[in-house]
Amino acid sequence: MQTIWIIAKRELATFFDSLIAYIILGLFLGFSGFFTWLYGNDIFLVGQANLRVFFSIASWSLFFFIPAITMKMLAEERKTGTLELLLTKSVSDRQLILGKFLGSVLLVCIALLATLPYVITISNIGNLDNGGTICGYFGLLLMSITYTAIGIFASSITTNQIVAFMTALFIGLFFHIIFGVLAQNFTGSIGQIFDALNLQSHFESISRGVIDSKDLVYFLSITVLGLYLGEWSLSKRHFS
Amino acid sequence: MDIQIEKLTKTYGPQTAVNDISFDVKTGEVLGFLGPNGAGKSTTMKMITGYIGIEKGDIHIGSKSIIDPSNDLKKHIGYLPENNPLYLDMPVIDYLEFCGSLQGIDKSNINKRVREMVGICGLNREKHKKIGELSKGYRQRVGLAQAMIHDPEILVLDEPTTGLDPNQIIEIRKLIRDLGKEKTVILSTHILPEVEATCDRILIINRGKIVANGTPETLRKQAQGNEVLKLRIEDGEADVILKSLKELDSVQSVEYVQQNQNLFEVQSLAEQTSKRNIFNLCVQKKWVLTELTPLETKLEDIFRNLTIN
Repeated sequence: MQTIWIIAKRELATFFDSLIAYIILGLFLGFSGFFTWLYGNDIFLVGQANLRVFFSIASWSLFFFIPAITMKMLAEERKTGTLELLLTKSVSDRQLILGKFLGSVLLVCIALLATLPYVITISNIGNLDNGGTICGYFGLLLMSITYTAIGIFASSITTNQIVAFMTALFIGLFFHIIFGVLAQNFTGSIGQIFDALNLQSHFESISRGVIDSKDLVYFLSITVLGLYLGEWSLSKRHFS
Repeated sequence: MDIQIEKLTKTYGPQTAVNDISFDVKTGEVLGFLGPNGAGKSTTMKMITGYIGIEKGDIHIGSKSIIDPSNDLKKHIGYLPENNPLYLDMPVIDYLEFCGSLQGIDKSNINKRVREMVGICGLNREKHKKIGELSKGYRQRVGLAQAMIHDPEILVLDEPTTGLDPNQIIEIRKLIRDLGKEKTVILSTHILPEVEATCDRILIINRGKIVANGTPETLRKQAQGNEVLKLRIEDGEADVILKSLKELDSVQSVEYVQQNQNLFEVQSLAEQTSKRNIFNLCVQKKWVLTELTPLETKLEDIFRNLTIN
């Protein structure tokens, strides 16, 4: 556990040393802030004191920003050879993957914490639905760990950061949109399977304030699968 | 801790990188690992350090097998990989602390160890710089420092002196020799004088097979064959001297190196030496012997003979 924390801490420190963190935080807050408060279907038109608009916009911005956070995680280590350095210290493949995962999730958590002023603003305007807000953040967190795990896997299969970014987006796209579209076009059991795979519907049911074990299992199983595949892809070096 | 390597084999696709090699390294020994590019040196080192898996065979470190991950043998190994990969965006001190804590040094000791390593590797003036700002030689020192930070019993160094200046090379060689007195050190290199200066034993590997294993002296003796002497004899006619030398009992052949300077190369018969005979001949003929150098087979020659395919 300590090893995982040491790796995660270094990841975070590197983020904040290298400006990447500030750029990503700035873009995330700018993007979701603009669409929440200023443009289009904004939060004042709803006529209710809740953050639904923000949650749905944040789910889109996280969809793009998480692959940007995870893309260098293992791809760069592999490219520069530091992967060899890490894995010949007393660090197992699993600890490395979990450390990288934890580091990225912590950065996303910092981004989410930075949106707390939104909550404070809305609660000053009207009677904020506390349960719904907490569930909304919880849903964003679950979605983030899922996309982070996918991003870590995408980063583990290549030495090129751009390839890692595009792969993560491509896989994410299925969960974010394509399964949903397919679910609408198919009927019967096939349609139900696609609907069960659709991340949006699970996310919406949580952010509506209903925490169902079905949704938790959905997010956690994709996360575990992503991390497991990442570990498997690292361990392939033993058998080449 | 001793290292025993038993029948190690590794193939990459159709290519056999390491082919059924076995050797031991004992505590207090510095083993020099030599071989042309692509001979399997780095692959063997990667298997010893646990970076890549073992296909066939086994490696025992202090009688424990590295195949079983629960032995956690990585803690006992310090490794400097080929090309010395580093986190270029980290300051030297932070990087060493990071490496130390990953190797399980507890918090109270870590600053002390980092300070020691900075001192030993001569990084004092550079310690607050980012690694990316350092020159190649200083990066190499950082690589060595991270390998030694947890005071491992085994050091595996893949080309440790590349990029260092001559003074630093001498210092690092001395450091490796000192470490080698109580630790087990395996180092690979292309620089042959380095092996002679630092290693107790040489292992030459070619196309995944061990082709020579022994101290520099024994290897030289094996490859030496007959005694060869280089002579310069003055105050005589070159062709007369050549004729007289050829008539000596112990001499097999004589050749000119440079006729006008009376420089000869004399090869003796097997297991015989001609030095005394030559001296006596010169005394008898009143020639002046101004140079007599035994020509040793150089390590370069041994290396070339064993590894030219």
